[in-house]
Parts: sequence; structure tokens; C-alpha cells
Amino acid sequence: MGEKITLAKGLNMGLRKAMEDDPKVLLMGEDVGKLGGVFRITDGLQKDFGEDRVIDSPLAESGIVGTAVGMALRGYRPVVEIQFDGFVYPAYDQIVCQVAKMRYRSKGHSPMPMVIRIPFGGGIGAVEHHSESPEAQFAHTPGLKVVACSNPVDGYWMIQQAIASDDPVIFLEPKRQYHADKMELDTAITPPPLFTSRVARPGTDVTVLAYGPTVRTALTAAEAAAGEGRSIEVIDLRTLSPLDMGPVLDSVRRTGRCVVVHEAHVNLGMGAELAARVTEQCFYSLEAPVLRVGGFDTPYPASRIEEDFLPDLDRLLDAVDRTFSF
Amino acid sequence: MPDSNPSPGFGPDLAEVFGPAHSDGGPELVQLLTPEGERVHHPEFDLDFSAEQIRGFYRDMVLTRRIDTEATALQRHGELGIWAQLLGQEAAQIGAGRALRPQDYVFPTYREHGVAWCKGIDPLKLLGLFRGVDHGSWDPHEFNFGLYTIVIGAQCLHATGYAMGMQRDGVVGTGDPDRDAAVIAHFGDGASSQGDVNESFIFAASYNAPVVFFCQNNQWAISEPIERQTRIPLYQRALGFGFPGIRVDGNDVLATYAVTQAALQRARDGQGPTFVEAYTYRMGAHTTTDDPTRYRLSADVESWKLKDPIARLEVYLRRNGLVDDGLVEDVKAEADELGAHLREGCKAMPDPRAMDMFDHVYAEVPEELATQRDGFADYLASFEGSAH
Repeated sequence: MGEKITLAKGLNMGLRKAMEDDPKVLLMGEDVGKLGGVFRITDGLQKDFGEDRVIDSPLAESGIVGTAVGMALRGYRPVVEIQFDGFVYPAYDQIVCQVAKMRYRSKGHSPMPMVIRIPFGGGIGAVEHHSESPEAQFAHTPGLKVVACSNPVDGYWMIQQAIASDDPVIFLEPKRQYHADKMELDTAITPPPLFTSRVARPGTDVTVLAYGPTVRTALTAAEAAAGEGRSIEVIDLRTLSPLDMGPVLDSVRRTGRCVVVHEAHVNLGMGAELAARVTEQCFYSLEAPVLRVGGFDTPYPASRIEEDFLPDLDRLLDAVDRTFSF
Repeated sequence: MPDSNPSPGFGPDLAEVFGPAHSDGGPELVQLLTPEGERVHHPEFDLDFSAEQIRGFYRDMVLTRRIDTEATALQRHGELGIWAQLLGQEAAQIGAGRALRPQDYVFPTYREHGVAWCKGIDPLKLLGLFRGVDHGSWDPHEFNFGLYTIVIGAQCLHATGYAMGMQRDGVVGTGDPDRDAAVIAHFGDGASSQGDVNESFIFAASYNAPVVFFCQNNQWAISEPIERQTRIPLYQRALGFGFPGIRVDGNDVLATYAVTQAALQRARDGQGPTFVEAYTYRMGAHTTTDDPTRYRLSADVESWKLKDPIARLEVYLRRNGLVDDGLVEDVKAEADELGAHLREGCKAMPDPRAMDMFDHVYAEVPEELATQRDGFADYLASFEGSAH
């Protein structure tokens, strides 16, 4: 029997394990030391690994990522924490122009084994810039890999796998679920590879693609739909760049219907790429066009109405219904 | 220089604090060799240079200038797409470059051709980027010299992070001259306005990182004069970040060497960052696509010609009997040889193959990218044997 843990605990345990396994792993970010991060993901790590390995940084995101580039060039494996999704933009230039391109520019001489952890998504009643979903902007950048965990067990394994990756990984954590549900962790198993998707709930009538915070939404919707006799297959994408299309295509070929759900704006979001690929590769299996459910194409609204902005069970089920009306 | 506008309660008159503007760098300029080639002395930054060392600087500067003129000509002949000229900045680069120890690491801009020369990189390798055959062709770890960085100032953060890595590797402040190492970050007056450069100052100061911030103030950021970037002498900014700043005559190779060497040693000893402002002038255009006649006076350029870094060193060497015509001729012959090497090498440089664009994007190639690559290979192969 394994321990029952939250996502925050899973990530914390995963970071600790990675630091124990490899002395080159360093953590850096704002408030990650004594405080353990504003979400306590790095809780206790500075105490155990010292200030040289768990580094409280000045409040400058470009500085955090830019110096991490230098540390990676020196042979370290930096794991940086961006405090909130909406604060990643000062580091955008370093991520897109340097982190993503360094291996390419140097013909492989200068790899960038770096993990950029970003708590993402909304639903926490926060002020502006604390609830965003910037994944498409990074998934659109060659040289980066982008993953999103959705549960405590994946948090534990995926963070270790991301740190072990020789490619730079944007690691998205659904902040709304940091301290929500607990799951039992069995550290003795062999986890699936990092850049793979998985069926989170099997079904036969329609495929719902989700990642990060919307996996929970999709699972709840599937449960509700089951009560009405409709069988939803939920796929937790886990990896956004590269996409692991195998399980997606297998599923859509069986169900003939596909809905993508994410908190990010629909326009040019991950759903657009997924819809294109599903259409390209499952054209003759489709009974309806691929539908997208997501945040509206507005800036993230004030928190009192954020639940209307975020895709919820009802909007997802409404889209599922619509796929049956074609 | 700030205007004289003291307001009660807002501190001292800044014009008084920073003094009057000096187009020649002002009295704070560290100089060991005047524009007329006269050796002068400085209370803090003086060194006994051997004749051989000074002759070496002369050779380095002449050859560096030749790299620059040759590459400029190659651009004019259509062999390079663009070239970033360093004409006039040879002393700043050779002085800084020769102050390095093998274990010191350089983060350059795209104009550090003279520093690359000091680190032993074949100048031909510098041309690839400008010819469009690659984004940089040397192994940074082989030469301890990073790839040219095009985004202005981004490399100053990399330098600081690299220096933080050195601290963790225990190669700072051990007292072992073969072990202790430092990083030098090159940038220009324009970059001093960039957030990344200012953030790198903050990180370096906060962690006491072994890094020298070496700013070649060549007075121009393309068409914008230094007055657009700063109201105070650049080197004085360092004080506000909590580390020393020094202005050195960047057209004086002896002074640049002496100051950089001292700053690097502070860093290696674990005493933290230093800002060195090498006060110089961009005699050429920003790059070969630029036209400086649109924004600056030829009289200014003429006045800086009188401060030429190579001419003043040659006067000094000749006056003191340290060179003769034979040696000057030998260096010239070597420069001619280097020029031929660049011309022939550049023209012989092969274009990359189209398929090369898919290499080194990732350590582990994603399936989608592999599919694109293989599909494109098949597409190209479909033309084989046709008249295409």
C-alpha cells in the first residue's frame, strides 16, 4: 500500500527524488527556499539540500531563466519555478530565443536540459495574471517540449522524467488541484514514458481530449453522461508537444466523435492542432467535426465570473451533445 | 550628463555629482598609452609589459583589423549576407581577450571577432553565421567561447548563470591560479538599456558571481548616440548595483588589458562582479547594411581617427625601438596570408544540405518531426533524375 498524496506532495517528492539521484539538479525561483514556494511545492528542500541547490532568486523572470541557461551550459540541470502563469512573459524571450534554440544553434554542442515549472489555469479566485493557460505559445515553439500533469501520481513521476530529459521541458501544473484530491502513490511501479498520452476512462461513444485541470472536468462529465447512457472515453493528453496521437487516433476511430476541452482560449489553442490532426488522420471515421470547448477569446475575466469563462461539466456535455446532432 | 536642477529634498545636484560631459572620456578614463603613443602611468592600473607582449598586441590588432576588412570586402562581393564590423575597437577586444586565462569563459555579442581570435578560433568559423550556412560553428566548450548572441544583451544572463555554476564547482577563490576561473560578458552601450543586462547586474551582485561585465561603449547603437541610452557615464551605473565600475580607454590596448586583467582576477578571487566600460568608437557602420552618413558627422569620425588604437601602438613601438620595418612587414605578410585564407575558405564553404535543417532540434526527436523530415526527404528524392 502506498502513501496517499496530493499533487503538491507528489511534485515535492518527485523533486526531492530527482535531487537525490543527480547532484547536478538545481532548483531556482522566487520564494522557493525558506517559504517552499507560494504553493509549497519546494517545501523543505532548501533545508535539506542547501542554498546552493535551492536558490531563492531576485524577482526577475527573465533573469531566472537566463541564468538557468548559463547554469545548463556549465553542466547543471536547472529546474526553475515561475510563480504564476501570467508572470512567464518577462522570460518569454529567454525561453523562446535561447532555451529553445540553443541546441539547434550549437549543432548539438550545447544541450539545454532545463525544466520550467509553471502553475497554470484558473478557478482559484485570484487577481489578474494568476489564472492563465499559456501552453499553446510554448507548444508552438520548436525546441521546447510541453507537458501537463493532471494528478498526484503523474506529478511525482512526470517531474522526475522531465528533469531527466535532455530537452528543455515546459512543465505545467494545474494549480487548482495542488491541494485537492489525494491519490495513492506506489513508488515501486514503472511509470509510462513522459511523452505519452493515456486513456483516463474508457468509453465507446465519444472521445474527450483533456489535459491538466480539465481532466477532472472531463472525468466528472463522463460520470454524469454514463448516468444518461452515454459512454465517454477520456484521454489525458499529458504531453502537448510533442503530441502523442496514437491513443487519440485509436479512440476516435472507435468512437467517431471527438471533443477537445482546455481552459486556454479556443482560438489557435491546442484544440485547433488536435482537430486538424484528427481530421487529417481519421477523416473517414468521423461522424461529426471535432468540437472545441475552452476559455472564450477574451482576456481572463475578473474572478467573480471566472466559472463562466472556464469550461465546466455543462459546457463540455453540451458540446458532446452537439457532436451527436450532425 | 544630467541637467543642473537641484530640488530641495531630492539629494545633491546630479550635474555636480557626475561632473561635466567629456567627449574624450573625462579624467576618470584609465589610460596607459595616449593617442600620440606616449606611455603614461596610472596609480592603480599599471603593469610592466614586456616588449614581446606589446609586439604580440600589435600583431593581434593588425590581424584582427584584417579579419574585419576582409570580411567587409567579402560582403561587398556577395559572399557574406552581412558583416558586423569592429573597425576601431581592436584594442578593446585584444586587451580584454589577452587578459583571459584558458579556464575563463567568454560570452560574446556578434562583434567579438578579436576576442574569438584570442581564444584561438579560426576566423573562418566566424563567417558561417554571416554567410548564412549556420548559426555558429564552433564548440563553445572546446574554446570556452560561447556562440555569437544576436538578441541584444541576452548573453549577460547566461554569463552570470555560468559564473554561478563555477561557484558551485569550487573553481572560485581557491587561490590556485590554474583552477580559479571567471566569466566575461561582452555587450555594447545599446545593450546597457536592456532589461536582461540590468537583471544580470542584479543577479551577479546578489550572488557575488565571478563575472566581468565588459561594455564596449562605441558611442553608437546603430543610429542612436550614447545620450539616448544614458544620462550618466555608463561605468557609474555599476555603483547603483553594488559593484565597482571603471572606465578605460578602449583604444588603448595596454590600459584595457591592465584593467580587464585586474577585474578578472577580482572575480577569480571570489570578490564578485566588475563593470568595465571600454570607451571607444565604432569607426565603421553598425553592419554592412547600415549607412552612418545619415546620422553622424564626418568631423566626429575624423577626430576619432586621431585616436586609432593600432597607429598609437605602432608609434610607441617605433619610438622605443621595439619594432623595425622587418617586423611590421612580417605582420603585414601574415595579415595577407590570413586574408587569403578567409577569401578562399569563405568561397569554399559548402552550403548546408536542405535536410540538415532537421538536425539538433531535440535530443529525442518527436515522431511528428521525424515524419515531416522523412516526408520531405521523400519529396526531394522524387525529383532525382528529373530535369528539376
